[in-house]
Amino acid sequence: MANKSTLDRRVAVKAILGERGDSLLVTGLGSSCYDAGTLDHPLTYYLWGGMGGAAMIGVGLALAQPKRRVLVITGDGEMLMGLGSLATIGAEKIRNLSIVVIDNELYSETGMQPTHTSRGVDLAGVAKAAGFATTGTIATLPQLKTWIPQLYNTPGPLFLDIKVNANRYPLSIRLRDGAHIKNRFRESLLGAKAFE
Amino acid sequence: MDIYKVFKQVGIRQVAYVPDAGHTQLIKSCHADKHMRAISLTTEEEGVAMLAGAWLGGDRGALLMQSSGVGNCINMLGTIRECRFPLLTLVTMRGEWGEFNPWQLPMGQSTPRVLEDIGMVVERVDDKSLIGETVFACAQMAFHTNRAVAVLIGQRVVGFKDWSK
Repeated sequence: MANKSTLDRRVAVKAILGERGDSLLVTGLGSSCYDAGTLDHPLTYYLWGGMGGAAMIGVGLALAQPKRRVLVITGDGEMLMGLGSLATIGAEKIRNLSIVVIDNELYSETGMQPTHTSRGVDLAGVAKAAGFATTGTIATLPQLKTWIPQLYNTPGPLFLDIKVNANRYPLSIRLRDGAHIKNRFRESLLGAKAFE
Repeated sequence: MDIYKVFKQVGIRQVAYVPDAGHTQLIKSCHADKHMRAISLTTEEEGVAMLAGAWLGGDRGALLMQSSGVGNCINMLGTIRECRFPLLTLVTMRGEWGEFNPWQLPMGQSTPRVLEDIGMVVERVDDKSLIGETVFACAQMAFHTNRAVAVLIGQRVVGFKDWSK
């Protein structure tokens, strides 16, 4: 394995979501969905398909809810499928949007094949070149702890690539009906207006 | 009734687009409107995902594209269907009436079929005077029944390039 990080993905996601407050979360599919599922919350929109769409779902949500912070937590494979969306976000300068990539440099759902990030593709570099206000790549928990307040408070768009080790976990979340995930999120956010 | 007025009437707040000549004026009007956010995309499927996010947050949106962009959206439209997100998209047609570019034919001719196959309601309009009311009717259906609805605006309405000149 090319990736030398010792940081565990579940440790990283737990540290981030422990500080989520009233922010809104969109996950990628696969492991990032399952990671967030260990800390289930009605204001989490779990993506089980539509690979490449997580960041743009975050954009639509951030524009609709300008007073809330929107966090997207996805994987390197999912982000690579939606690289164009980094250009769109950079061009539009979405202020209340943070994108976090849990980067194990692997397609872990499909047999641990290496992704482009294992061969030098620098996602934070792409985000920076696209015009993101704040970008970084980290690989340790102490580094992550200094970034967590920024994820929720620094004017965006913010992009953080977190290198993690190759640990895999069993499926943690049973909730997968798309209409339910959507309706639960909307009812929690919008109350009765969700069903007008 | 023009499309922009319909957008205002039904409360469209986010407009995602990959430009098409047929949507030029509409795109300008949406950008000029302080109560709308018009977002230029790198590819159409970004707009499908964006409007799912818009609905999660309580906003109504619309996606504007040319028929050649429809093929770029299919898998993301599967997410719209599974979650029963409403989606309103206006598709200006190429690859049909009077088309001169043979490369436009495969996607243009397949557009209604592939949209129906992925579960969209497809309405077609070839009479300019009916565009506004068709968009209004489709918006109502999309946002009140949580369905994905496409309005195909025929090349006969949009106009075509005269290759003999």
